[in-house]
Amino acid sequence: MSEIILEAKNISKYFHDPLTIQVLKDINFSINKSDFVAVTGRSGCGKSTLLYILSTMDTDYTGDLYIDGIKMGNKKEGELAIVRNEKIGFVFQFHYLLNEFSVLRNVMLPGLKLGKYDEKEIEARAYEKLKILEIENEALKSPNQLSGGQKQRVAIARALINDPLIIMGDEPTGNLDKKNSEIVFNIFQELSQVYNQTLLIVTHDNDFADRTDRIIEMEDGKIISI
Amino acid sequence: MNLKLLFSVSKSLLFARWKQTLVAAIGVTFSITMFITLLSFMSGLNDLLDGLILNRTPHVRLYNEIQPSKKQPIDYAEKHKNDYNFVNSVKPKNERLEIYNNGAIINVLKKDKRILGIAPKITAQVFYNVGAIDLTGVINGIDVEEENRLFMFKDYVTAGNYINLKNIPNSIVLGKGAAEKMMTNIGDVIQVTTIKGERMQLKVVGYFQSGLQDIDKVQSYTSLSTAQKLLGESNSYITDIQIKLKDITLAPSLTIEYQKLFDVEAIDIQTANSQFETGSSIRTLISYAVGITLLIVAGFGIYNILNMMIYEKMDSIAILKATGFSGKDVNLVFIIIALTIGIFGGMLGLLFGFSLSALIDQIPFNTAALPTIKTYPINYNPKFYIIGSIFSIVTTYLAGYFPSRKASKIDPVIIIRGK
Ligand SMILES: Nc1ncnc2c1ncn2[C@@H]1O[C@H](COP(=O)(O)OP(=O)(O)OP(=O)(O)O)[C@@H](O)[C@H]1O
Ligand SMILES: [Mg+2]
Repeated sequence: MSEIILEAKNISKYFHDPLTIQVLKDINFSINKSDFVAVTGRSGCGKSTLLYILSTMDTDYTGDLYIDGIKMGNKKEGELAIVRNEKIGFVFQFHYLLNEFSVLRNVMLPGLKLGKYDEKEIEARAYEKLKILEIENEALKSPNQLSGGQKQRVAIARALINDPLIIMGDEPTGNLDKKNSEIVFNIFQELSQVYNQTLLIVTHDNDFADRTDRIIEMEDGKIISI
Repeated sequence: MNLKLLFSVSKSLLFARWKQTLVAAIGVTFSITMFITLLSFMSGLNDLLDGLILNRTPHVRLYNEIQPSKKQPIDYAEKHKNDYNFVNSVKPKNERLEIYNNGAIINVLKKDKRILGIAPKITAQVFYNVGAIDLTGVINGIDVEEENRLFMFKDYVTAGNYINLKNIPNSIVLGKGAAEKMMTNIGDVIQVTTIKGERMQLKVVGYFQSGLQDIDKVQSYTSLSTAQKLLGESNSYITDIQIKLKDITLAPSLTIEYQKLFDVEAIDIQTANSQFETGSSIRTLISYAVGITLLIVAGFGIYNILNMMIYEKMDSIAILKATGFSGKDVNLVFIIIALTIGIFGGMLGLLFGFSLSALIDQIPFNTAALPTIKTYPINYNPKFYIIGSIFSIVTTYLAGYFPSRKASKIDPVIIIRGK
């Protein structure tokens, strides 16, 4: 029996503007350590909404969320920030790197925030992550000097810097061409197989989904198959 | 560790928009420069104008005034003690202006620890005789050394040596205006007549220039003994006792005390020169108002630039939050940015303010009315610098407070979803 990393219990979510609609309806599932999970479903079925709740950024929901066995429901904003920093790596559809910092610094920032290692060590670790993603040569460039695929790999390196319990991605390949999508997907697969990294990735790409360990399919705010 | 990181994030954001940052900082620099210069100059000017009068005015002056007695004989009558007594057309009796028993009073005052010094004085109405014409004048008989120590007599004797007044018998320091009218030179002998008709020859040893034309046209100075001789009085005759206190604010209360104690008239400097204080305080008020207005305008500049920066950096803020920076961290980042602008701009402002006032201090400013002044007056009171720096920090903090709070409240979900 493998260790449960993330657990959703009866999670529901309503939007009140312009009308009150229920976007998530009683979501229940759990993710074990080293799982590589894809979330699929039609556009507008609530995948992103669910992911924001699971990543603790959205706190306006009913039901319970457990990360690493700890209930997130009654934590304060500052405490949730620490959870995100320490336990969750997030990869967005748009790479969202900070152009004011070099690629290396972008990767280092969450590590510096966590403060578990000193700056020298964090730098070494950032290089290590960039090496896994084969972009260590771009480390000193500014993010806006990189291609879209390269940026997305930097974003993945950043998600990895604190050795998170789980990496979440909201259509991380959605903005990339076939070739780059393939590269990014292979990276996820490598992370899963070689490093036993737990991953939860929302995707539209069925080829992508089919190659993961497990698919969670959603429809109209409900999970229809786990 | 965390703070160091926040500083580095602030630094990067600052340098990413260094032009706007510079403009904001220049705004603060400019306003602090003007604040310092304005206040230094205004208060220099105030000191100068106040000095004209206040330096030379005793803090408390004891004198005797010819006036009808407050208690008429009937008031002393046992029979009418409880009645209201009305006496019409009361006239003062032929009294002298002398302070009686002044030796004893001075001895008591000399023991008073609150007093810095005492200078006795005689004022006498005279006529300066110029050919067939008599000019009215006032001669002040003074204790030359004390007068100089307490009221800077020397500074106002613009020609001749003030100490000759003490050393040469029957000498006079003429008011500049009076001297011009009489066309006398130093070393000449002039003749004065007292109101009782006595005449006396006096040797001119210097000119006195207070800066107030009306005074310089009438006032002259002699030593105490010369004045006593002129009036034909004994060497204990004194009409005024001028007192300088260690703490000027005590003047009004001490005035009342001495009035009761010595049974003489007394007036304090605040009452005698209230109009000067009003003028000074209004000038000071205006300078502060202008200075603070400049700072507030600079504050709005900072506010705008931070708001713009936050608007532009919305995505970056969302990412920082998504990767584990708390609202408090983001808030601090922007407060640090605001304070950096304030502190750097403010420090430069203090420096420029100092330089500018030092420059003004060098500009020649000669006026016949102010003999002791050669350049524009500047007051380098550290108080202005302290107020300036506190204000620059407080306004930039306030200007940064609301934008920072807005930044800290940014919901990353909305930004990320909004793409
Ligand atoms: N702020 C909001 N206010 C009201 N309704 C919202 C809001 N955000 C999302 N919704 C609605 O919630 C539903 C789920 O949205 P969500 O973004 O989770 O869909 P999704 O499954 O991620 O779709 P896609 O695959 O297109 O990204 C949609 O019907 C959407 O219109
Ligand atoms: Mg979505």
